[in-house]
Amino acid sequence: MSRIQESVIIRTVVRIMVPFIQLFALYVIMHGASGPGGGFQGGVIFGAAIILYAMIYGIAEGKKKMSDALDKILASTGLTIFAATGLACIVCGGMFLQYHAVPLLPDPAKVSRYLIDLVEIGIGITVLAVMISLFFDISPPESEPEEAEE
Amino acid sequence: MKTLALFVVVITGAMLIYAGQDLPAFGDINSPSYQAPMTQYFIENSRTESGVTNIVTALLASYRGYDTLGETAVIFTAGMAVILLLRRRER
Repeated sequence: MSRIQESVIIRTVVRIMVPFIQLFALYVIMHGASGPGGGFQGGVIFGAAIILYAMIYGIAEGKKKMSDALDKILASTGLTIFAATGLACIVCGGMFLQYHAVPLLPDPAKVSRYLIDLVEIGIGITVLAVMISLFFDISPPESEPEEAEE
Repeated sequence: MKTLALFVVVITGAMLIYAGQDLPAFGDINSPSYQAPMTQYFIENSRTESGVTNIVTALLASYRGYDTLGETAVIFTAGMAVILLLRRRER
């Protein structure tokens, strides 16, 4: 394990690849309305990018990118976005999650489309936060994190 | 114990392969899921009703939005349970 973490090739490749994986995850989330993709898949890809980074650079480095407190906040934020979208439909006179009841735009199908995107973003945020927190909580504690820095 | 586990895995796999023979062929127009009346309805109306070109997303987020909310809640609950049980608290 430590030998893999010390490899220059792997460290460099991971450092270069992580932003592209995250960009791809955002693409998958936003592309859910018009093609294959969606909140669950995109959230898992985004979480996998951070997990990959934490596996190579160490749990302590990974927690600098995604702290425990941020994890909890994000997980509940995503679910709140989803539920609030549903409640907003009730407030505007429709049924729960009846998107085209919200009078944001003149075309109800467009409103529905954007609210579906919003819901997918909420799903993605919850899934990525839960994925990362699962990895951090299950991984064993590091004995000497400073040793890998040499 | 290991032989028993192998036995269970092999038997389960054989049963799944046996059951898989009865699945309709890929793209078979006569399969029950194509013949169901709701399929025709979703293909014709999901675009105008939900404004989304992907029928799977229209079903997931619009027609079955309540179900998807429950799924997200399940993931959230699982994550919170793991945090409560396993997170190491630093003092």
